[in-house]
Formats: sequence, C-alpha cells, structure tokens
Amino acid sequence: MTTGLFIALLILLAFLAPLTRKYLKNAAGWLYALLPLTGLVYYLSLLPDIIDGQVITETYAWIPVYGINFSFYVDGLSILFSAMVLGIGTFILIYANKYMHTYPMRSRFMGYLILFMAAMQGIVVSGNLITMFVFWELTSISSYMLIGYHHEKPESRTSALQALLITGFGGLALLGGFVLMGQPYGSYELSVLFSDPDLIRSGSLYLPALILVLLGAFTKSAQFPFHFWLPGAMVAPSPVSAFLHSATMVKAGVFLLLRLNPVMGGTEAWHIMLTAFGGFTMVMGAWLSISQTDLKKILAYTTVSALGTMVLLIGNGTQYAINAAIIFLLVHAMYKGTLFMMAGNIEKMTGTRDITKLGGLYTYMPLAAFIMTAALVSMAGIPPMLGFLGKELMYESKLMAPTVRYLLLAATFFTNMVLVFLSLRLSLDVFWGKTPQYAKTPKEPYFPLLLGPALLVMASLLLGALPGLLAGPFTAGAITATSPLHPALKLKLWHGFNTVLLLSFLTLLAGAILYRHKHAFIRFAEKINLKYFAREFSKGFYKAQNDFLVFTKLQTSRIQHGYHRFYLMTIFVVASALVWVVIWRADPIMLELNFADMPLNLVAVLALIITAALSAVVSHSRVIALVAMGVIGFGITIIFIAFSGVDLAITMVMVEVLMVILAMAVLYHLPKYTKYSDTGARMRDGLVAAVVGVFMMVLVLQAGTSQLDIPISEFFKDKSYSEAFGRNIVNVILVDFRALDTLGEITVIAIAAIGIFSMIKLTKK
Amino acid sequence: MLFLLAVVIGVLYGSAVYLLLRRNIFKLVLGLIFLGHATNLLLFVASGLTSGYPAFLRNIAGETEMMADPLPQALILTAIVIGLGVTAFALVLVYRFYSVTKTVDLDELSENE
Repeated sequence: MTTGLFIALLILLAFLAPLTRKYLKNAAGWLYALLPLTGLVYYLSLLPDIIDGQVITETYAWIPVYGINFSFYVDGLSILFSAMVLGIGTFILIYANKYMHTYPMRSRFMGYLILFMAAMQGIVVSGNLITMFVFWELTSISSYMLIGYHHEKPESRTSALQALLITGFGGLALLGGFVLMGQPYGSYELSVLFSDPDLIRSGSLYLPALILVLLGAFTKSAQFPFHFWLPGAMVAPSPVSAFLHSATMVKAGVFLLLRLNPVMGGTEAWHIMLTAFGGFTMVMGAWLSISQTDLKKILAYTTVSALGTMVLLIGNGTQYAINAAIIFLLVHAMYKGTLFMMAGNIEKMTGTRDITKLGGLYTYMPLAAFIMTAALVSMAGIPPMLGFLGKELMYESKLMAPTVRYLLLAATFFTNMVLVFLSLRLSLDVFWGKTPQYAKTPKEPYFPLLLGPALLVMASLLLGALPGLLAGPFTAGAITATSPLHPALKLKLWHGFNTVLLLSFLTLLAGAILYRHKHAFIRFAEKINLKYFAREFSKGFYKAQNDFLVFTKLQTSRIQHGYHRFYLMTIFVVASALVWVVIWRADPIMLELNFADMPLNLVAVLALIITAALSAVVSHSRVIALVAMGVIGFGITIIFIAFSGVDLAITMVMVEVLMVILAMAVLYHLPKYTKYSDTGARMRDGLVAAVVGVFMMVLVLQAGTSQLDIPISEFFKDKSYSEAFGRNIVNVILVDFRALDTLGEITVIAIAAIGIFSMIKLTKK
Repeated sequence: MLFLLAVVIGVLYGSAVYLLLRRNIFKLVLGLIFLGHATNLLLFVASGLTSGYPAFLRNIAGETEMMADPLPQALILTAIVIGLGVTAFALVLVYRFYSVTKTVDLDELSENE
C-alpha cells in the first residue's frame, strides 16, 4: 500500500507543483522537498527488517490475464537506490528552486523534476518487469523535457532529442528482452523469476533476452558506443545534471543489471559482455575527460567512466566485485551529486564554467571551496572519505578477478590515476592559483545552493569514517539482494599494509605527478584525441539521423506521389490479389444454368444495363455517358421490382431522376472530354477493371450458392405488426426499429445540402 | 438468373473501376456513381432472390409467410439515399473544382507536376 501511494503522491505533486510554485515562491523548494524526505525516512525505517533478506511486496492488478501487474518489490537493493533517489532528490528540489528562481518557466521545471523523481523511484521499487518498463520509459520522457529545458536553443533541442532517441531505442529493446524473459515463467513478477533463476539461464531464449536487456541497460547508463548522449545532455541546467546524471537516470541501467543479476547473471555471456563493454567505457571515459575544459563536461565524462566501472564490476560477479560495485555506486552518487551542484554554483557566481577561466575562488567563497574539495577527495579515493573504501574494494576485486586480472588491474589503475589528476585540477586550479578578471565579484553561493552539497559531503565523511557502523549495514541488504550466494563483506577503513594499500598509494602518487606536468599531459591527450578520436560519435549520430530523414523523404515521395488514380490502382490490385487467393482456395462453384427461370423481358433489361455500362466507358461523348447513367439506374429499378424490392424501386426512381438532372446541370458548365490517356494506359486500366469485375462476379456466385440462416429478419417479421403496427416491414424497419439510423441519414443529406449550397454561394462572388 | 445478375454486377464493377482510373474528374464521379449502383445490386442479389413477394405482412396473425428478406432492403434503401447525398455533393464539387482551376484533369492537381 505504502509504496504505491507514495509514488502516486509524487506524481500528483508533479502536476501540482507548476500550479502552486508561483504562490509559494522561495518556500516552494522546501515544501516540495518534504515529500521525498518523508519517503526517505520511511524506506530507511524499513532497513532493519530488510537486512536479512526480507522483502515487502504490493500488487495492484492491471492486465492479470497477461501476467501484467503494477507490483512493487522492496528489498535491500530497492532501499539503497530509494535512499539515493529520494535523499539526493530532497536536496535537489531545495537547490533547484533557488537555482532556477530567475529562469522563465521555472514552475514547469519543478514539475518535470518531480515527475522524473516519481518515475525513477518507480523503477527501483518495481516488482513486475512490465511495471519497471513503464517507469523506465517515463524517465526517458521526463528527462527529455529536462534536458531540453532551454528549448529556444537549437543545441538544447538536438541534445534532448539525441538522448531521447538513444534511451528510447534502448527502452524498446528492453521491452523485447522483458517479454522474452517472461516466456519460460509465464509471469513477469520478479518474485516468480527469483524463485527459479535457472529456468531462464538454461533456456534457449536466454541469449536473445540478455542482448536486448543489455541494450536497454547500456543505452541508459551511457556505455560505449552509446556514451555520447551524456556529455551532450550537459546543456541541461545544473540541477538536472546533479540529479539525473549523477545518481539516478544514468544509474537506472546499473540498477537493472544489479536487479537481474540473480536471474541473468553468472553466465559466460554475461561475464564477457559486461567486462568488455564496462571496461572499455571505464578507460575511454577517463581518457576523454582529461582534455575537457568545461567543468560539467569533465564531470560528465568521469560519470561515463564511473558507470563503466560499475558495469565491469557487476560483470566480474565475484563476492568482492559485487561489494565493490555497490559501495562505489553509493560513493559516486554522493560525490558526483555534490560536484554537479557545485559546478552549477560556480557558474552562477562567476558566469563561466570553463576551468581555464577560473581560479583563486577560495578568497571569494571559502565554504564552497571546502565542500567541493571534500567531494574531490572522495573522488580521488583518499581516506577518510567513503571514496577510499570504494577504491580499496575495487582493487581488491581486481586482484581476485577470475580472468584477465592484470589487464583489468592496469585499466583500473589508469582510471583512478586520471581521477586523482582531475581531483587535483578541479580543486587547485579552480579555487587557488591565479585569479582572473571576473565580470562581477564572485561571492559565497546562497544557503539553499550549498545545503545539499554540504550534507552530502558530511554523509560521505561519516559513512567513510565509520564503515562498520554505517556504510556496512546500509549496503549489506543491497548486496544480499543482488547476489544471494555472496554475503556482504565486513567493511574496514584500515586493512593493514598490503598490496591494495600499496596500489592506492601508487595511484595517488601517479596522479600527483601527472598534475605536476599537467600542461604536457593535457597536450599529449589532445594530440592523441585529434589523431584517433577525431570523429565524434554524436556527429555521426546526427548524420545518421539526417540520412534517415532524407531516405524517408525520398521513400515517401515515391509512395505518396499525389496521383489519385495510382493510389486507387494500388488498392484495386492488392484487393483483387487477396480476393483471388481466397477464391482459388474456396470450393468450386456449382453452377446450374436453368434457362427456364430467365424471363426474356428481364434478360433484355440486363442486356441493356451491360450495353449502357460499356458505352459509358468507351464513349467520347458526355451526353452518351449521361444517358447511360440514367439507363443503368432505371434498369436496376426494374430488377428491384422484379425481385420484390418495391420500396427500393420507388426510391431509386426518384433518386435517379434527381441525379441525372443534377449531373446534366453540372456537365453543362464543364468542357468536352479530352483524350488524356494513351492506348497503353487504357489497356492497363482495362485489365485492372476486368480483374476486379470478374472477381466481383465470382463473389456474387459464391454468395448466391452459400445460403446462410436468416435469424435477424425473423424478428422484424414477428414484431412489425404486433409492436410497430405496420405491414410494410421495410418501412417499419426504417422509421421505427432503426429510426436513429434514418435520422443519421437525414443528417448526412442535410450536411450535403449545406455543403452544396455554400459551394454554389461561394462561386457567385 | 443468378448467373446473369452476377455478370451484370461484374460489368458494373469493371466499368466503375475503369472510370475511377481516368484523369477526367467527371469520369471519376461517374465511376463513383457506378460503384454505388453495383454495390447496391450486389447486396440485393446476395440476400437471395424472391419473385413476387414483397416484404408486406398479408395476415397479421404472425404465421410465417414467404416473402423477400426485409432487412437487406432497408439497408440498401439507406445506402441509395446516402449515395444521392454523396453524388450530389461530388457533382457540385466538380463544378467548383472546374470553376476555380479551369481544368478537369486531376493530374494537374498533383504537386509533382
């Protein structure tokens, strides 16, 4: 009950926020933040129950026939992610309300932000794969709105579209993967999946399902080769980056991998794919971040790298690796959320986020300098911050990796070295060093802008300093949920002098050396980038997108050519092909030619109709066509009379007279026939016409030989006199039983009359 | 008889299709009219042929009598009237079309020209 209600409240708030923001003004952020804060407290209070593997479930039936339900499944992993989503979300709302207070459309912005929070929270507590998919897509859509917030800028629009297309494509693949996963179980419930994890792994659907699910996870979590949307998404305002691109949206893919690890993980395919893509993304993200100068772009590339690290660790799958993945996840969410918020603060106070134009900010904003440096210390993995624990575990797991141990160790070492280098750079070059000329004198950011970062850094310090007491219990439930066979390790700050500590020390030293020679190092990175990474992925994507548009335009102009007769011909040809197939397969028609029931007068009428129809077709004279039209109409009237259709005949006579007069009146104004088509076209059209005509003929014969029951008409025969007091059943049907139809018919005629009237009136002017 | 009626319906459909494929807009409307006639006749014939017994109740006691099926007739009657509305509208539209464009060639409407 509680989880469903909570998400419903979040969605409600998302729609209320745009309406109420303008009355609440500065208080809005604080008030809205109360809701995620309540959720945070609620989920944290569940922690003691959850820690020994207990699960809280809720189910609301949606389409039970297909096993699709809105169900929620809260275990240790859900709690860890809920804490990140709601905890950081609380600060983000306070931060965003202040940060955006000078922006237009800020009320709507708050709504999108809360909607995103609801969607993200929905993902992490979903208990049904289809529920998860719905929330998954909702994050894509709400993040499209957030990334494209500055929609008057073309750059903003293209980046938002790019992110939407890539994550949307992944979402579709994911849906396919989920459907495949559900097949062996006949259910999409996580609890059913977890009860028999080997069913899918041993089935033939495993590999296709895995590939599709990984496409979903990799696109969302910006893994190579889909990584480029994330740096592009930096056009979004800083609160968006701080929330979506640090702890939530991009972690959704990582969450998915962790969530499915018990059912999908542990196989060779899983291991190879996650290790290869995660490892490559980790190194590439770190490398590409070296030469960036935009504060947020640097952070974006390190996020790409961090996501790669997590995917790599999950793929590794050992006890140490899963522990490391979970701890690092938490570490990263905390420092990256802080850093993005601080990047926004710096931009707000100085007007730039280009680090070559920043420096000496310590004198203007000492508190901000302290907070950001503390977060960077965590990123560099220096004790006593939580980041140190994350890095220790990472090295530990690499030392125990089952395969390619030294390659992975080298990759991890390189990545961490770059992180140390960047930490030094972002701290020393921004807050100390030479002070450039600022447009306006920077000052300390406002309190709401610093609150979130400060508390996050403090939490990181507390968790890191007291690992056994705080970080351990906090993450143990998540680790058990992810990998039931491997219990959580006991976390300690001090492991004694061992290889891991040596590696940590070497990393710091190498990073510091790189920073000492930063100009040479950056120039070296730029040179290599120019040589080997000159082709930007996002440019390639734009090109593919444009080529696709050109292609569809060409193809549309081929199919939608604008000639009515070819559209019609397509319809006729396809329809006759289909009907001929059916006729071909049907039983042969038993045809009895009984000349006795062919009265000569009637045969003459039919011959007249045929002659008239053919002459209307071949004649070059409009008058003959008109006469032929009349002949056909009156011929049909005679057929109606001959076969008991009295009312039809009466109506037909009147309609036909009217029609011929009207056609005559119109024809009077039209030019004579001109020959438009050549003989070839006529032959072709004649052939199509003949094919259609013949199959209609065969159809009539089929219909005539297959006599069905006539149950409906019996009703009218019975009730016509007893209930409607009329003997002419056709009339009774029209004015009584189906009177509303007749009213509709009269309306159609009235509308046609109005149309005709207005068209003629218009001509007069 | 059914066979002969089937031939008539086939010819009407064939002519309708041929006329619909012409470039002259008046022939297009003519084709539309033929198509309506053909379909009405198709329904009429497909519902069974009964000679000399219109759907009138002769004795009101409610005993089953032999008569033509009333329901298809009611449907066709509606179709005939609607057909009149559509045709009248189409004819006037043709008239408007010509007075605006000064052509009856539908190909000249195409933007590809």
